[in-house]
Amino acid sequence: MNTLSQEGLLDWAGPIAEGALTTLEIAVLAYAIGLLLGLIGASARLSPWAPLRGLATAYSTAVRAIPELLLIILLYYAGSQALTAVAQALGLPGQYAISGFVTAVGVLAFVQGAYMTEVLRGAILAIPKGQLEAANAFGLSPWTRFHRIVIPAMLPNAIPGMSNLWLILIKDTALISVIGFSELFFTVQQAAASTRAHFLFYAAAGVIYLAMTLTSTALFARLERYVRRGQPVNEER
Amino acid sequence: MDFSWLSDPFYQAYLIEGFINTLWLVAVSAVGGLALAVAIAMARLKGPRPLAWLVHGFTIVMRGTPLLVQLFFFYYGVGRLLEGVPGVQNSLIWPLLRDPFFYGALTFILSVGAYSGEVLRGALLSVPPGEREAGRAFGLSPFQVFFRLWLPRAIQLCLPTLTGEMILLLKSVPLVSTIAMMDLLQAANIIRDETFLVYEPLMLIAGIYLAMTVVLTLVLRQVEHHFPGMRPTRRRWLMPGRI
Repeated sequence: MNTLSQEGLLDWAGPIAEGALTTLEIAVLAYAIGLLLGLIGASARLSPWAPLRGLATAYSTAVRAIPELLLIILLYYAGSQALTAVAQALGLPGQYAISGFVTAVGVLAFVQGAYMTEVLRGAILAIPKGQLEAANAFGLSPWTRFHRIVIPAMLPNAIPGMSNLWLILIKDTALISVIGFSELFFTVQQAAASTRAHFLFYAAAGVIYLAMTLTSTALFARLERYVRRGQPVNEER
Repeated sequence: MDFSWLSDPFYQAYLIEGFINTLWLVAVSAVGGLALAVAIAMARLKGPRPLAWLVHGFTIVMRGTPLLVQLFFFYYGVGRLLEGVPGVQNSLIWPLLRDPFFYGALTFILSVGAYSGEVLRGALLSVPPGEREAGRAFGLSPFQVFFRLWLPRAIQLCLPTLTGEMILLLKSVPLVSTIAMMDLLQAANIIRDETFLVYEPLMLIAGIYLAMTVVLTLVLRQVEHHFPGMRPTRRRWLMPGRI
C-alpha cells in the first residue's frame, strides 16, 4: 500500500509517453482513411446516380446522428468479430483475433469518414461553377479536372472543417479507452487507479491532449495560409 | 436477433430510468450551459482585462481536451479531493457531491458554456454597433440594451450553430455511463452483462438515440423558424413562389 502511493508521475512518464504515441498513430491513420472515405462519400453524394447518392446520404446521416461512443462500442464488437471470422475463413490459426489497434483505427475512420463526407461535399459545392466549366472547355479529362482543379479549388473551403475534424478526432481517441485498448487515456486511468493520484493524472492527461490540439491548430493555420496562396485577401482577414 | 428481454419489467425499468436521466441531463446542461455561455461571452468582451484572459484560457482548455477526460477529472479527481475535505461528508451538500449526475451536469455545463460562449462572442461582435447606439439614443439603460437588443440580435445570428451545439450535447450523454451514472448506455451495459447479448441492447439504444436526434433536430428547427425576426431562409428557396 505504502509503496503504491509513493509511485508518482515520473514512474508513469514512460508508459504515458508510449500511450500518447499510440494515440497519435491511431489518430493519423484514422484521419488518412477517414479522408479517403470522405472523398468517396462526397463523390457519391454528388454523383448523378440516385442509389449511390442514397447510400452515401444514409451513411453520413446515420453515423452523425448516433453518439460516437455508442458507435465505437458497437463497431468494436461487430468489427472485431467480423474480422476474426474473415481471418478464420482464410484458414489463419484457430483463435486468431484482430488486434485492438486495427479495430480502433477502423472504427474511428468509419465515424470520421461520415463527417468528412459532409465537409468535402460542402467544399466542392462552393467551387465557382465557371472554374469547372473552364476546365471542361480546356478539354481536361475527368481525372485531370479532379486533381488539378477540383482538389486545389476546394481545399481553401475545406481546411477549416478538416481542421475541426482533426481536433475532434484527437479528442475522440480517448473514447477508445472505454473498450479497453491501451492508448493514452487508458494508460492514464491505470496510472490514476494505481497511484490514487486521480487529480494529478487526469490533469496531466488534459495537458497532453491540450498540447496536441494547440500544436495542431497552429499547423492547420499555416496549412490554410498555404492553400489560400494566390487568393485575394479577404477584407476581414 | 433476440429481443425477448424487452418484455422483462426489470430491463424496462432500467431503460426508462436511463431515458429519463438522459433527458434530464440534457435539459439541465443546456439551460446551465447557455446561461454560462452568455456570461463567458460578456466576460471576454466587456470584462476587466484579467478576467477576460482567465475566461479565454478556460475556453481554450475546455475546447482543447476530450470531454471524457474532463468527466474523469471532475468525478474522480475533484470528487476524491472533495471527499478528503474535513466536514464535507457530514454537510448538507454531500448527497449532491456523491451523485455522478452532479459531476456529469457540471462537466457538460462547463463544456457547453465554453463552446457556445465562443460562438456567442463572435455573434455579439457581428451585431452592428449602430444598433446598440440607437438603443442608447432611445434612452434604454446599458442593461436593457444588452438583454433586449444586443443579445437577442446576436442569438438571431448564431441560432443554427447554437442548436447544433445542443445536438452535440445530446450525443455526448452516453459518456456518463463511464462514471457509473444510469443513462441509456449504462442500462444497455447491464442488460448485456445479464443476458449475454452483445448487439441487441446496443442496437436498441442506437435506435433510440437516432430517434431522439431526429426529434430534437425537428424541434430546434421549429425554434429557429419561430425566433422573433428570423426569416426562414431554408423555406425561401424551397418555395420560390412565396416571395
